[in-house]
Amino acid sequence: MFIDFFYALRDARLPVSIKEYLTLLEALKAGCASYKVDDFYYLSRAAFIKDEKNLDKFDRVFAKVFEGIEFIADDPSADIPEEWLRKMAELYLTPEEMAEIEALGDWDEIMETLKKRLEEQKERHEGGNKWIGTGGKSPFGAYGYNPAGVRIGQKEGRHGRAIKVWDKREYRNLDDSVELGTRNIKVALRKLRQFARTGEPEVLDIDNTIRATAHKGYLDLKMIPERHNAVKVLIFFDIGGSMDSHIRVCEELFSAARTEFKHLEFFYFHNCLYERVWKDNRRRHNEYLSTMDVLHTYPHDYKVIFVGDASMSPYEILYPGGSVEHWNEESGEVWMRRLLDVYSKAIWLNPIPETHWGYSQSTEIMKNLMEGRMFPLTIAGIDGAIKELKR
Amino acid sequence: MKFTGTDTYVATDDLKIAVNAAATLKRPLLIKGEPGTGKTVLAEEVARSFDTELIEWHIKSTTKAQQGLYEYDAVSRLRDSQLGDERVKDIRNYIKRGKLWEAFTAGGTPVLLIDEIDKADIEFPNDLLLELDRMEFHVYETGETVKAKERPIVIITSNNEKELPDAFLRRCFFHYIKFPERETMLDIVAVHYPNIQKDLVREALNIFYDMREVPGLKKKPSTSELLDWLKLLMAEELPLEVLQSRDPNKLVPPLHGALLKNEQDVHLFERLAFMNRRQQQKG
Repeated sequence: MFIDFFYALRDARLPVSIKEYLTLLEALKAGCASYKVDDFYYLSRAAFIKDEKNLDKFDRVFAKVFEGIEFIADDPSADIPEEWLRKMAELYLTPEEMAEIEALGDWDEIMETLKKRLEEQKERHEGGNKWIGTGGKSPFGAYGYNPAGVRIGQKEGRHGRAIKVWDKREYRNLDDSVELGTRNIKVALRKLRQFARTGEPEVLDIDNTIRATAHKGYLDLKMIPERHNAVKVLIFFDIGGSMDSHIRVCEELFSAARTEFKHLEFFYFHNCLYERVWKDNRRRHNEYLSTMDVLHTYPHDYKVIFVGDASMSPYEILYPGGSVEHWNEESGEVWMRRLLDVYSKAIWLNPIPETHWGYSQSTEIMKNLMEGRMFPLTIAGIDGAIKELKR
Repeated sequence: MKFTGTDTYVATDDLKIAVNAAATLKRPLLIKGEPGTGKTVLAEEVARSFDTELIEWHIKSTTKAQQGLYEYDAVSRLRDSQLGDERVKDIRNYIKRGKLWEAFTAGGTPVLLIDEIDKADIEFPNDLLLELDRMEFHVYETGETVKAKERPIVIITSNNEKELPDAFLRRCFFHYIKFPERETMLDIVAVHYPNIQKDLVREALNIFYDMREVPGLKKKPSTSELLDWLKLLMAEELPLEVLQSRDPNKLVPPLHGALLKNEQDVHLFERLAFMNRRQQQKG
């Protein structure tokens, strides 16, 4: 019973096991779902899926198994992020235009127009991601008319069929490679915690107290220092130029890291690491620190995180004097190696999607310098990075 | 025995199915969702609807699994022994029952709420695997085994601060409370404030959903914040026109303190209002 469905879920790499399958059968036997398809969908979802990031995938498998319809993802328009859609509508359809089309009477036409423009846009921008970061244009006032309500992926009306619950794919935002907020980052970073007891003894150590009391014959209180996170982190942020479009996600990472790690030092650099770094971007040309001093100040048990897009001219890494800002006596490569020799636990977080790294020569060079320890700046990426740092 | 929501709680179809499946098979139900969408309240309402006792166990970062079963108070026994108290001879005097014990021995089918399980240590859920599976545990100090007479309905909430171990998840039903749609939200408001004016609710919801759409908010307002805000609006007896006036000078809605919980968000709103005003002056 439903064995094909079970295997389809497994084929889609959803973490379902025999235990859940049997639970579902048991629930069906107990009559938890009537013979309505919707009920069965809800029940099987509650039994199989344990993490909201998998809900979207589950919906797709369910649709495929029980409808025999094509994958929703195969629709060219289905993969266009919600975010684009909203901005597109604002940029390309003025409210007047929308009102006009609507006045003509057909909602479908709006969708058609929007879709056409979206497809044009998609082709023109393929490979680039300049889209991210242009959000400054979105005026709040325009939101009274919410174009996100037009769910292109659903194709309501055009195909003349009603929408099934699982076809709505309402859970798409929650996929862990997409959304990134401070809270999520904090959780990801939290995995790096290493507890140690240092400082003033101020917590009652019961085991030791009992032992000491038994030993001495009277109540002998023993104290112990409280446990706290003892991991030490250095973060180097690439700032300015091509990084401007990633400023928000960097801010989020930074504020999350600030609250998560007690021993956190951060420095800025531009494009590639050279002989100097700085802590205040406004006074970067006057107040900087020598990278050598950083190497000497912080012991080798610090963990190092670089944050940067690693997109630059290869000369900036490989040749002395390659820096765009100043004359550097030694190449960025030399400085990177010097740093990595001191700190064996180091990783690079790159805000650019991993699929685009191959197009930039400097990213490849940097990745090789990091011995492959470059991760995308997404929750999944940070998870991987933290695992690497913990090894 | 079926859970269908109550007069103070609106349950969507998928939530009902999940609750009923968990209640029928007596497996734990894991609830996740945005803060303020009624995860904790669900347990109260389930208990009310099944007319049984609710036992709440709120988890903190220092909570240990053992505390849910029982605790052996060694320190007070030690003190009593020094004072020569008679109680000291019976170890049972120093065993404190935990919430799980309470739930196992309570009459009827109680509802046990394990609130915010993700706050605890990473090993916490693993330590409760067997106890939740078999609904029994062993007390080493006295050598007795506590076994549930009637398996309780266990509802567990999580805010996603930590991932829960697979072995634990496999034993649960799972439901993600997604943010309610407009229709559902109208029902929710109707359930909480039956006498509120329809127009007021409609305008308030417009503003509320617009606010949730604003890009860049640090904390989006949620259901519980909306309900608070409506209560305030009612208490202040604000005329409907105040909400209706889409005066660009007053883009920040009245009594916004109930909706926006940090100053950056309020600031963002003021900035947007300013930009909006300037745009209108130009145009």
